[in-house]
Amino acid sequence: MMSNADVPLWAAIAVAFFLILGSALALIGSYGFVRLQNFYERLHAPTLGTSWGTGGIVVASILYFTVTGERLAIHELLVGLFITLTTPVTLMLLARAALHRDRAERNPDVPVAPIPFPLAADDAEKNEG
Amino acid sequence: MSAAILYWSVIAAQSMLAIAMALAVYRMTRGPRAQDRVLGLDTLYVNAMLLLLTFGIETGRTVYFEAALIVALLGFVATVSLAKFLMRGEVIE
Repeated sequence: MMSNADVPLWAAIAVAFFLILGSALALIGSYGFVRLQNFYERLHAPTLGTSWGTGGIVVASILYFTVTGERLAIHELLVGLFITLTTPVTLMLLARAALHRDRAERNPDVPVAPIPFPLAADDAEKNEG
Repeated sequence: MSAAILYWSVIAAQSMLAIAMALAVYRMTRGPRAQDRVLGLDTLYVNAMLLLLTFGIETGRTVYFEAALIVALLGFVATVSLAKFLMRGEVIE
């Protein structure tokens, strides 16, 4: 282990750059999340933080621990990989839940279902009988 | 020189992530609907996880990395089960 003062200048600048990049993207994503008008628009904003926001900070962390530990440290890739895999799943589920709720309330702002929403079950029963 | 660069960049990153968490909390408390609150919670835990990684860079310890991994894991499970609850009205059918 070396202290922060012994870190070479190029490594410090690279770590600083990726840290600022990642956190700035996370901040912009959260700002868009507050600012945008409806839920389906807001769904897109935080993905800035989960894609390159996480990516930038993970790269900064890998660089820092590789330089100070004087050996390759790539365990942070686990966090990046995990976030990359889970974000689409959660957002897809959330969007489907929101669409289901809006359709159940017959909200005019969302496109109608290919089969009219509550009638689908009734029609199936009629066709059987 | 490099110690100062590292120190100030970590401080700047932590402040930006803290503001991002505050914005997520604002959306989580204001709504207007349940799905906005769930998405606010999701954004909040991702930002908290990134903040933990910057704490790791600040102190040079790897403990924070493990904490970040656990936050990511639990946050994923929480958001998935809340989305399932919004969709079906119960989590385990």
